[in-house]
Amino acid sequence: MQRLRRLFDLLAGDPQAERAVPPTGFTARLTVLTAGAMAFLAVFAMALSLATGRLADRWAAELAQTSTLRISAPQGQLDAQTEAALRVLQTTPGVAEARALSADEQRALLAPWFGPDLPIESLPVPQLIEIIEDADGYDPAGLRARLQAEVPGAVLDDHTRWREPLIEAAGRLRLLGLVSMGLIAVATAAMITLAANAALAANAQVIRVMRLVGAKDIYIARAFVRRFTLRALIGAALGTLAGTLAVMLLPRTDAAGGFLTGLGFQGLHWLWPLVIPILAALVAFVATRQAALKTLREQS
Amino acid sequence: MIELDNVAYSYGGGELFSGLDLSLAPGSFHFLTGPSGTGKTTLLKLCYGELIATAGQVRLFGEDARALDRDAVALTRRRIGVVHQDCQFLDHLPVAENIALPLTVAGLPAMPDDLRDLLGWVGLTRQAAQRPPELSGGERQRAALARAVIMSPEVILADEPTGNVDPEMSQRLLALLVELNKMGKTVLIATHDMSLIRAAKPHVSARVLRLADRKLHLAGADL
Ligand SMILES: Nc1ncnc2c1ncn2[C@@H]1O[C@H](COP(=O)(O)OP(=O)(O)O)[C@@H](O)[C@H]1O
Ligand SMILES: [Mg+2]
Repeated sequence: MQRLRRLFDLLAGDPQAERAVPPTGFTARLTVLTAGAMAFLAVFAMALSLATGRLADRWAAELAQTSTLRISAPQGQLDAQTEAALRVLQTTPGVAEARALSADEQRALLAPWFGPDLPIESLPVPQLIEIIEDADGYDPAGLRARLQAEVPGAVLDDHTRWREPLIEAAGRLRLLGLVSMGLIAVATAAMITLAANAALAANAQVIRVMRLVGAKDIYIARAFVRRFTLRALIGAALGTLAGTLAVMLLPRTDAAGGFLTGLGFQGLHWLWPLVIPILAALVAFVATRQAALKTLREQS
Repeated sequence: MIELDNVAYSYGGGELFSGLDLSLAPGSFHFLTGPSGTGKTTLLKLCYGELIATAGQVRLFGEDARALDRDAVALTRRRIGVVHQDCQFLDHLPVAENIALPLTVAGLPAMPDDLRDLLGWVGLTRQAAQRPPELSGGERQRAALARAVIMSPEVILADEPTGNVDPEMSQRLLALLVELNKMGKTVLIATHDMSLIRAAKPHVSARVLRLADRKLHLAGADL
């Protein structure tokens, strides 16, 4: 309660205290510019975090649920082995559904490389079986062992082998985005502390006079804290606006189909950037308050 | 009000004074004289908590000055009006706002009527909107005195209030300080100007202290 009151005291407007401390043009501009630039960067870091987070979740969900069985066998044995494999799969715990792809589906898979109208029936193309897992999943090692015994031509591809590093990369990118936001906050705090210290040094005589006529530290600090908090808020609001517009205007490259289209905000996530100016103001508040009270304590 | 017990002040360059006793009783009037550089300003700074004695005890309204935290020092200064040797104004604010500054920083409203009366009392009505650097020496000293008394303090400490001011203006400033003492305020004036002390003689019963040879002496008979 006491702390809350002090917080309020520090932010409450006092035009007289504001007048006592003369405005210092360059620290004001420095703070607005820094907060703006940092907020702009923070929007991208935030977009990166959210997008890679979504990507990692989606990939993880997809690959946790599907896998493929490939059956290579001489032409005469292919159907028999496919039948055998499907029987094995039907009795495998954790497999919700197993389905042999039709010739049309297989042709569609090959079309990007061989073009349409590939006479697939006359080629020694392996048969693919799509496996959909239930929530618990199956044991790949156990399944492989059973298949080896009953369907010698079967190869189980459980996707993890090639997709796991991608999920890890996406998770890492999300972490990098979060670390970037942290670094941006720290850099902002450092810059604002420097600017606040410059303002305090430039006003050493003003502070001295205010102390001499009976001003408490908190009163003097308030004039600086209010100013820097407001400047950071305004700068960060402008920077956030610019950054959000830039993300909105990113070209929609749907053809690329992957990562790039994902960079941006979706749905309610568009509200997240609103947090940035508030955080910037909070950072400025704490940084300036620390700087001001420290400087005041060091003076007579 | 303000009591010094066996007080000493030393700094890097050595000891300025020691074994100093002084008691400013309510309603008393003191002059503090002595050659330049003997520590008159330093002694005043001990009395409003800007410096801390290196030995002995300074009591401000009964409190040990050494034990006061920063907020308590601020509150104590609101009860002591100081006319600083170098005035200490905020040059970017008009004279009237400088005079009202102690009220402002205490979060108290400056009553326009009171402020106008005070400006009239020190004869600065016309200069209210000017900036301190535009004032003459005597005007600055009177503005400093107005600021020192705006909180209606119990004690007024004036450090060379008549420095670089012509004799006629000195008389006017002295008259204001004597008037404040008649209103019951405790007054201490540090000055090396002996003519000022002689001029005060007919109007007030004052005690004259002399700081010399690192000690505080009672300068002959009280005036
Ligand atoms: N902390 C300090 N550091 C250096 N010099 C000091 C310090 N305090 C006082 N002095 C010196 O002590 C002397 C006394 O100063 P002051 O109190 O202003 O004397 P007065 O007001 O009688 O002229 C001055 O020469 C000043 O430079
Ligand atoms: Mg002096």
